[in-house]
Formats: sequence, structure tokens, C-alpha cells
Amino acid sequence: MDDCIIDIRGLWTRFGGNVVHRDIDLCVHRGEVLSLVGGSGSGKTTLLRQMLGLERPSHGEVRVFGRSLYEGTADELRTLRHRWGVLFQEGALFSALSVYDNVALPLRELKTVDEDLIRDLVGLKLELVGIEAQHFAKMPAELSGGMVKRVALARALALEPELLFLDEPTAGLDPDRSESFVRLIADLRRELGLTVVMVTHDLDTLVALSTRVAVLADQRIVVIGPMYEVAAFTHDFIRNFFQGERGRRALGAVGAHAADADTGREPAVAG
Amino acid sequence: MTVAGADPAHTPDLRFISDGDGGTRVELSGAWNLRSLQLVLPALVARLGACGSDVRWDLRSVVTLDHAGAMLLWRAWGRRRIAGLELRPEHEALFTHFAPVAFQAAPRRRRTWIGKFLSVGARVAIALEHLRDLVALLGCIVLDAVQLVRHPARVPIREISANIYRTGAQALGITALVGFLIGVVLSYLSSNQLRTFGADVFIVNILGISIVRELGPVLAAILVAGRSGSAMTAQIGVMRVTEELDAMAVLGIPHTLRLILPKVIALAIALPLIVLWTNAMALAGGMLSAHIELGISFRYFLGSLPDAVPVANFWLGLGKGAVFGVLIALVACHFGLRIQPNTESLGIGTTNAVVSAITVVIIVDAVFAVTFSHIGIY
Repeated sequence: MDDCIIDIRGLWTRFGGNVVHRDIDLCVHRGEVLSLVGGSGSGKTTLLRQMLGLERPSHGEVRVFGRSLYEGTADELRTLRHRWGVLFQEGALFSALSVYDNVALPLRELKTVDEDLIRDLVGLKLELVGIEAQHFAKMPAELSGGMVKRVALARALALEPELLFLDEPTAGLDPDRSESFVRLIADLRRELGLTVVMVTHDLDTLVALSTRVAVLADQRIVVIGPMYEVAAFTHDFIRNFFQGERGRRALGAVGAHAADADTGREPAVAG
Repeated sequence: MTVAGADPAHTPDLRFISDGDGGTRVELSGAWNLRSLQLVLPALVARLGACGSDVRWDLRSVVTLDHAGAMLLWRAWGRRRIAGLELRPEHEALFTHFAPVAFQAAPRRRRTWIGKFLSVGARVAIALEHLRDLVALLGCIVLDAVQLVRHPARVPIREISANIYRTGAQALGITALVGFLIGVVLSYLSSNQLRTFGADVFIVNILGISIVRELGPVLAAILVAGRSGSAMTAQIGVMRVTEELDAMAVLGIPHTLRLILPKVIALAIALPLIVLWTNAMALAGGMLSAHIELGISFRYFLGSLPDAVPVANFWLGLGKGAVFGVLIALVACHFGLRIQPNTESLGIGTTNAVVSAITVVIIVDAVFAVTFSHIGIY
């Protein structure tokens, strides 16, 4: 399919003798929000890191925007990397730089954008994520967890990416903050037309954002499809994850959500 | 939306079109996104600036538009939504967050002479604070040590032993190498001079006194300060960053007792032993060089060493080693505890710890030299 932004074919990951991923195929379509869920140790974060080119699978290929992450010159790879933004779980802000400089850094690294335009763009991005000007000069150590995530999101968006990776976007936030952060991501995605790949444990986040959900278990993607179809799939992990007390509560809204989340695709059962 | 790069069809461009009614229209085309814009930015900014204010803007042929492109246009429009703007409906949302006023970067504080004066004062205050904290740390450790004497079961034997292994046993290789080479060099240079005076046999006195009394302890202390001091600072600093220090405090484990005291005791034990080892290696190097250069036999060298070097020098060297060990561990731990939870502070703290530890070692060595000037020398 040529509208795969991320195309993973026959991916295997082994750590020593331990197989984490067994022959995984995955396609992320343009404009969707794909969530990866799975038990701890199921290799969600590893898969995310492989999509980012931070780790290399033992076998198989990961293509992003139709290009392999392992071929091409350093310049080509850099251009490719500018087309995506990443929000790390702990924010990964540079602790030696202020909020403003953290967001300005990727723009300054381009070496072609003048400082005036950088100032306007950084101001815009920070306003977009709801950081007020009085916080611009603060250092990351002085920020609350929610603000760190917002600044990290602004930095991830600094280079106007088409693809956004989120690693546990709401982990460590209180329910109120987490809800407003989810709303922020949903708004930005709509405004900027982003494709989002997200790893999360949080059912509320999952339900609120995902257009498709991929479940990693038994070293494979056991099911991938819209939320309500995945939740109805029979598998031990899914039963524990979605059909427990918390799961049922979070899915309560899915009936209504399903109508607009429906992408019209059948759930593809992998493997 | 298609992939835009160096593709000429996507190069952002603008052209002027005269309308029938005498007005001018600026038609934009290509991809107005950061990736395409950054290749042609300065020229484009100049052309946008030359557009004037009474033109109409047509953005309908723009393939892609992102915040960077929109911001460029926004600035060309004088930071307002101009009349007579035509754009695609999907690009409309981009302009929703644009504010009429630019964000003002905080003005840089200028350095005045008052500021410089105050910064000197601040440095002095920081130096005094360091001194006070060091004394306080030393006090804590002494109190802990008194506690341990009362309750010997609480002595952190395992930590002490682990620290002796890390700071002592694992430093044997590097101190041996450096000590041996210094011995060779010192002996080689001295023997050239001594030969001119025909005073060959005094090589034993020169090497013996200088190495056992001065070079061995200082060399060992500098190497250990660089090697173990930095490791101690970094370890405590990382524990601060990862909140392990707070976790220990909450669990009722005092850091001075479990982290710092074992390091101080371990280095007080290990450094004299390292000094002994460095002395031996440096003397071996000197002896080898003296044998080659002056033909002094190993037997003669070793035999005359006890006569040339009074045993007080040996004890003085070991004593210095113990004092240097305590000081290095104290300074390293002191800087470790001051590290703030960020990466930059970790780097600065570690550097400062090593520099300060070496400086303190050399200052204290000078104090030793003056105090014990009558001991161990004929």
C-alpha cells in the first residue's frame, strides 16, 4: 500500500536468545493515530525505537516515508529525521538549556533560519502548547511534570513534522493534566494534519486519541484495528487490559466514539 | 500532500500579477513549509519585504503550508490578517494562533561595574560557603565515627571494603605505570648532572628522599584524586539527580554514614598503601635507570637506601597519604552533594571536585613540608 508512512516488513528482534518480535508487519497510514499497546516487556518501546532508527532489528526492514532507515547518506537521514518529532516519556528536555532554547535548538541547528524568525516560531509553538511567556526563561528543573511534557511537545513540533511519535504521553500526569494534554494533542493533530504513533498504557488516552490500536503480545501483533473491534477480540491480554473494571469504564464512551473513529477498515489479524 | 524536497515543483515562489482593476496580486506557489523554505529563506524574505502593503495575496496554489511558512507571511503582512487574502480552507486553521504582537525576548542584562563588584563579592561568599560546608561535612563524619565506635555493629564494613577495592586495588596498574616512568625520568636526568660532579653514588639519596618523602605521596594523591575523586563526585551527583539521596534520607539512612564515611575511611586506608606501591615502583624505575646510566648495581642501590633515607621519611610519606586520602574523599563528596539535578551541574561539579582536590593536596603538602622540615633530613 503506498500510503504507508511507516512500513515495517518481517521484523524480528532478538536480545540474546530471547525473541521479542517474531516476524512483525505493520503499516501506519497517513493521518491516523496508531496506538501500540501490550504488556510490559512485550517490546512496544523497542518497536518505537526501531521506527525512530535508534535501534536496529535483528531482521526485517523499517521504512519511514518510503525510505529505509539503514541506507542513504548522513544528509538524507538527517532530512528524514526532520520530518518526524518525538515526545519522550520523561520529556528529555536538555537540562542545561532554558525552555525557550530547548524549543529553539532544532531550528538553530538548521543554520538557515534567522534568529528573528526563530523567536517568532518558538513563541508560536510554546503558545500552541499553552506555555506562557513568563516561563520561557525557566530551566527544565524548575518545571512541573505537565509543563515538561508540554515544552517537550513544542520541541517535537519545532521542525514542523508530519509524523509525531509519543512514548507514554500521559504517564506521570494527574488525571486532570493528562486529560488536558490529550485534548491538546488531539487539537494539534487536527490543526497540523499529523500522523501519530503512540505507545501508551493509559486506557483513557488510548480511547480518546486512537484511530487504530495494535496489540503486541506473544511476540506478534495479535490484532490491529479500530478500538471497538480490538476490544472485542478474544485474547488473554486483551481480556485483562480492556475488559477489566478500568477497561470497561474507559470503553464506556467507545460506543459513541466508534462512529467517528471508524476508518472503515477491517481489523487485520496478523501472523 | 506530497514529499517536498529539492523538487523544483515545490520550491516556494511568488509572482506579481496585475489585475484588471489596476491592483496587484501576489500569487504564491510551491510548498511553503520549513523543509522547502530553509533552502531559499534569505532571498524569499527579501522578496516578501518588497511586496508593499497595498497588494492582495493569493495563497490558493500553495501546495503545503506550515507554521514556518505562515509566520513568514504573517511578518510580511505586518502581523495582522490582511484584507483581500485568498487561501485554501485547510490552511485557514494555521493562522488561528497567530498573535498581533511578537513575543519579546527578555533583554540581556548588561554588566555594569556595580555588577562586576557584586560578582566578586558573590565569589567570595561562595568560597566561604564551600569552606563552611566542608567543615560541617567533616563534623558530621566525626560524629558518625563516634556513633560507630559506640555501636560497632553498624560499621559499614561492606561499603568500606568495596571502596578500598575500587579506589585502591583497581588503581594499582595506573599508579605503577606512572610511578615507574617518573622514577626512570627523574633518575635519568639526575644521573646526567651527578656524573658531571662525579657524585654518582648520591643518586640513591636523591631518588630515595624525593620519591619517598615527596613524589610518591603527591603523585599517588593526584592520580587517585583524578581517578576516584571524580568517580565519587559523579556517583553522589547522579544519586542526587535520580533522587536516590532523598530515598535514603526518607528511609532513615544518613548519607554521611553510608555513603561518605565509608569513602573517607576507605581512601584513608587505601591511599597510604597506594603511596607505598608508587614509591616501590618509582624506586624500581629509578634503580633501573641508574643501573643503565651510571652502572650502579641493584644490590648496592637497595643496600644503601636505608642509610640514605631515614625511616622518618617513610612514615611521613605514609602519613601524608592518609591525610590526602581523607581530604580527597571529603572534597569529592562535598562537591557531589552540591550537584543540582541537571546534567550541566554534574559536569561542572565533577570538574571542580578534581581541581579542588588536587589543589588542596598540593597546599596541604606545602604545609607538611614546612611543618616537618627538621624531620628525616640530615
